[in-house]
Amino acid sequence: MRYLFMIFGAEVDPATVPDAEAAAEMAAYNAFTQEVQARGLMLGGEALEPSSTATTVRVRDGHALVTDGPFAETKEQILGYYLLECADLDEALEMAARVPGAASGGIEVRPIWELPAEAAPAAPGATAV
Amino acid sequence: MASGSATDWQATVEAVFREESGRIVATLIRQTGDFEVAEESVQDAFLAALERWPRDGLPRNPAAWITTTARNRALDRLRRAQRFARRQAALHALAAAESAEAADPFAGRSGLADPTGADGPSTESEAALPDDRLRLIFTCCHPALSPEARVALTLRTLGGLQTPEIARAFLVPEATMAQRLVRAKRKIREARIPYRVPPPEVLPARLASVLAVLYLIFNEGYLASGGEAPIRRELCAEAIRLARVVVELLPDEPEARGLLALVLLHDARREARQAPDGSLVLLEQQDRRRWDRAAIAEGSALLAEALAAGRPGPYQVQAAIAAAHDQAATPAATDWPRIAALYARLAILAPSPVVELNRAVALAMSGDLEAGLAILDGLGGDARLAAYHPFHAARADLLRRSGRSAEAAVAYRRAIRLTANPAEAAVLRERLTEIEAAGR
Repeated sequence: MRYLFMIFGAEVDPATVPDAEAAAEMAAYNAFTQEVQARGLMLGGEALEPSSTATTVRVRDGHALVTDGPFAETKEQILGYYLLECADLDEALEMAARVPGAASGGIEVRPIWELPAEAAPAAPGATAV
Repeated sequence: MASGSATDWQATVEAVFREESGRIVATLIRQTGDFEVAEESVQDAFLAALERWPRDGLPRNPAAWITTTARNRALDRLRRAQRFARRQAALHALAAAESAEAADPFAGRSGLADPTGADGPSTESEAALPDDRLRLIFTCCHPALSPEARVALTLRTLGGLQTPEIARAFLVPEATMAQRLVRAKRKIREARIPYRVPPPEVLPARLASVLAVLYLIFNEGYLASGGEAPIRRELCAEAIRLARVVVELLPDEPEARGLLALVLLHDARREARQAPDGSLVLLEQQDRRRWDRAAIAEGSALLAEALAAGRPGPYQVQAAIAAAHDQAATPAATDWPRIAALYARLAILAPSPVVELNRAVALAMSGDLEAGLAILDGLGGDARLAAYHPFHAARADLLRRSGRSAEAAVAYRRAIRLTANPAEAAVLRERLTEIEAAGR
């Protein structure tokens, strides 16, 4: 089952982060990414530009309303994401606890909505509903 | 066998339901992977039993009869709903389970007593049942569910309580409780919360969540924050029953045994802790002859077994404290130094201001008033205790006994204002009057 890991945390100005700290964080993320790749769980994942670069689009009465900024102005924003294939929620939660950002912000784990397989063959004697 | 009044049969079916429904629902959930289908089918099977048993007689193995009937109902339901792939998978699993067991038929499969004369289900299927219940407990108490949902789901699926009963017990509207259960079951399915006993590396943390849910259920019944008395009794009984199941299924977990000991040792006082008018009687004023000796003996024995494992935990220590109270023939005979030492232990295992408060009282009761007051002074700034009446009541008591009447009076007034329990407020008022009279 696929789960989206949304990495939430406070946004910091990269210029204020000491080089050593930034390098350590990068190394931690690289290690995590390599691990999920090695375990065959990795479907995708990226870091995002800060929410100051975000644009939100809402269509109302057929008109697109474009506003500067993220969907919700909150102290903690989505900093990045992973899309992982996990056996069940327990495995997903175990992996989420190991995302480096979990130690400072938090990881929201959401299952991907799977389309019901309508094309599945019907058993004999079944009535279509 | 087909004799007996309708009321007798109703009682028979209800007894089977109370004892077996959790186990049967657990089996059906494993086989269908679907909480709703499992619950509804078991419900149907009990309705069918009400109809069939008076006519055909009591099956040799009523639980097996219900399980088989419920499985057939589940198959019907899944067939009707099989356009969903998920349900289709469950259908295949169920069909496989059925054919695997077909070679070794359940007693009562035909709805009548087992013609082979065997007195129960096969050893194989019997061995599979306890695991199902244990899986179900861990799923219902999964930390990804809200604590309220864990409690409700545990009572509903393992306890077999009806949604309106649970709603009444927790003083929430029935629709709210129904919604809470629906959401929880949906999350289990959609987020794929696994239906299994957790692996050893996470078992301690997950078991703690299970035990916390059972203790919450017990306390909701025991501390009577409101609601109807019969439902409250039912909650305590249910928590004890489920704790027994956990101990039976995880015999090597001392904290599970500790929890069972704890709830038994508290429940032993139930007859003495309510006055005829329904108000609560404080521990030191209870008629100790009305305590349940058998429950105290059982709780104490369980505690001894748990402690023998050499892995103490918060429930074992709390049970030891309850045992120390239960074993004192009179309030004066209470071994307060031992209780103070146990609270000191608990403060390390599970630190909280309430534990510190109790430690302070135990120290004062064992003669060291100053040490007790020093702890309370240290806790005075804790915002969590500001509106907690036992804190002010305890402080008032200790101040009065050390002769600081003026300060004691202030604390008594504060405690009286915060107490919702009339019996407790009356005792506090009496003490306040005493010191005011002495001061004049």
